[in-house]
Amino acid sequence: MVTPSPEDEVVFSPVLTCNVHRAGSERIQVYLDHGGYQAVRKALRMEPDEIIDQVKRSGLRGRGGAGFPTGLKWGYMPRESDTPKIIAVNTDEGEPGTFKDREIVEQDPHQVIEGVLITAYAVGASRAYVYIRGEFFLGVKRWIKAIADAYEFGYLGNNIQGSGFDLDMSVHRGAGAYICGEETAMLESLEGKRGMPRRKPPYPTTEGLFGLPTLVQNIETLACIPHIILNGPKWFSSIGTEQSTGPKIFSVSGHVRNPGNYELPLGIPLRAIIEDHAGGVPGGRKIKAVIPGGASTPMLPAEALEVRMSFEDLAAAGSALGTGGVIVMDERVCMVEATRRLSKFFAHESCGRCTPCRIGSQRIYEILDRMVHGQGKPGDIDLLHELVEGIDGHTFCPMGSALVNPVRSALKYFYAEFEYHITHKRCPVPKKTKV
Amino acid sequence: MNPNLERQSQLLSALYIAQEEHGWLKPEAIQRVSDSLGMSPGKVLSSASFYSMMKLQPCGTYLIQVCEGLSCYLLGGADSLVDFLCRELDIKPGETTPDGMFTLEVVQCLAACGSAPALRVNDQLYENITPEDVDQLITRMRSGEL
Repeated sequence: MVTPSPEDEVVFSPVLTCNVHRAGSERIQVYLDHGGYQAVRKALRMEPDEIIDQVKRSGLRGRGGAGFPTGLKWGYMPRESDTPKIIAVNTDEGEPGTFKDREIVEQDPHQVIEGVLITAYAVGASRAYVYIRGEFFLGVKRWIKAIADAYEFGYLGNNIQGSGFDLDMSVHRGAGAYICGEETAMLESLEGKRGMPRRKPPYPTTEGLFGLPTLVQNIETLACIPHIILNGPKWFSSIGTEQSTGPKIFSVSGHVRNPGNYELPLGIPLRAIIEDHAGGVPGGRKIKAVIPGGASTPMLPAEALEVRMSFEDLAAAGSALGTGGVIVMDERVCMVEATRRLSKFFAHESCGRCTPCRIGSQRIYEILDRMVHGQGKPGDIDLLHELVEGIDGHTFCPMGSALVNPVRSALKYFYAEFEYHITHKRCPVPKKTKV
Repeated sequence: MNPNLERQSQLLSALYIAQEEHGWLKPEAIQRVSDSLGMSPGKVLSSASFYSMMKLQPCGTYLIQVCEGLSCYLLGGADSLVDFLCRELDIKPGETTPDGMFTLEVVQCLAACGSAPALRVNDQLYENITPEDVDQLITRMRSGEL
């Protein structure tokens, strides 16, 4: 008999996605029938400081990509001030390889509304703006209904559940711009402007939407809040690793048998996500590379599959957790083509505000495009390196690092493949088997 | 809260409504949005031109958007679907058929990587799509069924 390891003994059951497969999961009555809005009733009897303290102790870190400690951010919101405060909910999910927010936004809006309510009560906000990606038409429709129902049931508006606490909420539909996922660009867009990032500082918690203190949070982060209130910070921090606590929705796509969203504890090995949950690579083929956290995180070679999916372990492995969007590429993939495709995305989505990103992303794409088409020139790889170093850290917002990550990591692990494209004017992956 | 600023935060919503009538933002539509929100037409146009879902040129009755993101590409979508549509509709990406029925666009990630390949027709997302599915979709659009 095999003795189970301590890790195997902990049975994890999904928390954030436990409602999404229920019929009518988007409806308020279904949410209420399954314990919905219990957490906010509990929270409204607590002191705001106690809630902030619990979120701090839970160890929750932002799920939108940057991983900033949530409780710490809440603490930056001004206290005891008479100026109105705002919550801005970021659902502008556009990172290639990521589709977790879409599932929550479409299937379980009330879980997020409850999270926003608790958050607003804790930081003293009276107004919430929900920014939903323009392409999520179904999500926008469901949110309009969900917010109307929440008002009708006394979970939004004045004197919520007789507590004396007021909160108003509205939905705003984006219109096709990846950069609006960056928090200050999203605020610009909410103000009716072009979605270009602002200079920081001042940070949004000091000067955000309409110049008012604004707390911007990703929708998955907010979905965690009701569960922390109901089950306690200790329960939350018992899931995951020391520095990466709680459940996380991993979006798995590419060459796996069962692509989809999988809610799992942070710290789970990458290999377990791919093989045990997503069914592994079909046809007995080998993995060539994996992007662990969405298009903007550095790719990893097959040798790195044992890495644990936590903020700290992925950083140590030279990548990042990002949004948790796992893209699996098998041995038939041309890495120059994969990198070209990612670069095209970033070149297309550069907002144009600063030169290194606007011009640099385009130059990178052009070089990779000619390599793929057998027109790569000697010196092109050096040029790519030069561009990568010239862009990284020299752009106005984090988009610069995002766009160089795929290129730098692909050159690091698959250098020979790039070189081959230049010297032989073709791809080393046999045409017959190529994707 | 400043009511003027609050009103301007409705810009994208107003543009969506204005766009519904003709499928794109005619100069008159820009003017109307500008009047109702108290923003200059230049500001409205400047913002509208930033967002890919705001159309400043006539757009077909059916806007077909094919995802060419990495995950869709890996599962054999993207290029093959675009090629198929180009042949079938006899237009290139970015173009509209002369009868004004179809506009074809190649777009980046639609957040449907788990059900790739994906494409959108107007506000409807279609997942796990094959050229045969596209063929059927076109037939249904041509017959006005969709």
